[in-house]
Amino acid sequence: MQTTATSAFPTRNTVIPFGPQHPVLPEPLQLRLVLEDERVVEALPAIGYCHRGLEKIAEKKDFIQNVYLVERICGICSFMHSLTYCQGIEELMKVDVPSRAKHLRVVWAELHRMHSHLLFLGLVSDAFGFENLFMQLWRVREHILEIMEKTAGARIMLSVCSIGGVRRDLDDGQMAEVLRVLDRVEHELEEILPTLMNDYSVRQRLCGVGLLSPDKAHDLGAVGPTARASGIPMDHRQTGYAAYGDLGGVTPVTETAGDCYARIMIRVRELHQSAEFVRKAIQKIPAGPIAVPVKGNPDGEVLVRMEQPRGELIFYIKGNGTRNLERFRARTPTFANLPALLHMLPGCQLADVPVIILSIDPCISCTER
Amino acid sequence: MSAIAKSPWVVHFNCSSCNGCDIEFLACLTPFYDVERLGILHVGNPKHADVLVVTGSVNHRTARVLKNVYDMIPSPKVVVAMGVCSSSGGIFAEGYNVLGGIDKVIPVDVFVPGCPARPEAMLDGILKAAAILDRKAREGTGVATVSAAKPVINLVPLAADAAPAPAAP
Repeated sequence: MQTTATSAFPTRNTVIPFGPQHPVLPEPLQLRLVLEDERVVEALPAIGYCHRGLEKIAEKKDFIQNVYLVERICGICSFMHSLTYCQGIEELMKVDVPSRAKHLRVVWAELHRMHSHLLFLGLVSDAFGFENLFMQLWRVREHILEIMEKTAGARIMLSVCSIGGVRRDLDDGQMAEVLRVLDRVEHELEEILPTLMNDYSVRQRLCGVGLLSPDKAHDLGAVGPTARASGIPMDHRQTGYAAYGDLGGVTPVTETAGDCYARIMIRVRELHQSAEFVRKAIQKIPAGPIAVPVKGNPDGEVLVRMEQPRGELIFYIKGNGTRNLERFRARTPTFANLPALLHMLPGCQLADVPVIILSIDPCISCTER
Repeated sequence: MSAIAKSPWVVHFNCSSCNGCDIEFLACLTPFYDVERLGILHVGNPKHADVLVVTGSVNHRTARVLKNVYDMIPSPKVVVAMGVCSSSGGIFAEGYNVLGGIDKVIPVDVFVPGCPARPEAMLDGILKAAAILDRKAREGTGVATVSAAKPVINLVPLAADAAPAPAAP
């Protein structure tokens, strides 16, 4: 306890631990909040509750088993991790992935982005106290999980990406089913999303809360929707990995306000963008093989980057010509967004802390690996 | 059936999970699976709960938090280990930081396999836990504390973590 004399009535600073077990956090993150009355003065993160030593385990397993290991970095964006890893190993081993496999990767990646964004919108609704919205958004999300199970065989851990291609093909009936589900999801979202976008109470909780200016977002190295909500047009799909280059390129979705509302609007607009990508990929998918055989072991080092639902994901992979990797390193988007979060929190009210934390869509499992 | 087992209140703790089981557990609460129709309520405060649902393996940092959360739940209580990581450590069992399944720290009543466990399996696990809760309530057992259950690892308090026990506000 410290006593400060900033006003006529001296206030006392209080430190409260926020987490690791907290109702709004699905994951164990601890923030020690220094409060002056109800106002946050400083937020100190204490991380490590989710550390599993995954990078070291990746050195013990062989590079093909690692596809399944890296999926378990995070259950929400599992396909993105396996895709990034496979792209890295393919680059090391100079594998030319068939075009059909690249299109199928886009289909699953964008379905994953949609389910992740719906999950986020639901959780943030719960954080600002709108439980009904949480339930409705997660109800819609189930359609996407269902179609992932029908096409890839699992709801969460698809395990469908492999080095050299993908493990499952989609027939015409399944593609028609994906398109039907997308139409249904978009139709149901038309009824739900206006509440999230226009409701007076929702805007009251979100507009002007947790401001991040474009300069600060850039200086603190924010990535993904957090940066895009502050007006930085940065989206790694622009580099055209997988089949994004063949699908007409990507225009990043940006907002300018840099508050919680803008960060949520980014996700709302990206839902439709992702649905368009799935449609385009299914429309333009070429016939042909879905995988090529891969021989040999990876040698050399590579840095792969791609756009995950939360932002830019970087994998560093170093092989030494054996079955085992010499080093595997993951820099995940939430790790890059944490400095921005710590910048948003000071000055806000204690009651706004959950909403601000959730507005960067934190994934602690990714961060701590 | 005793009153407590008709409406078990569940608190969820993510031990060091990959999120897969957590989002599947949250999916259980939402309209498609809807555990509330069976009287199961998800609460945020361990002091209100009867059932502790744990996802993810235990690591050195979460071991004491898990024990604290377990101790805060009033007796009789049951513990459900959701997914293969909380049952045995799963894919992370060989991690340098991972102790293994949560049974290394607290007694477990129901193990639900799967990576991640399917929502149907989770529902089944919670209902099985409710039956055990009912038995414990009738027999007056289940009042054993962690210290009586002899944790496998020695939990040494760290000076850096001397902050008060993490209770939900």
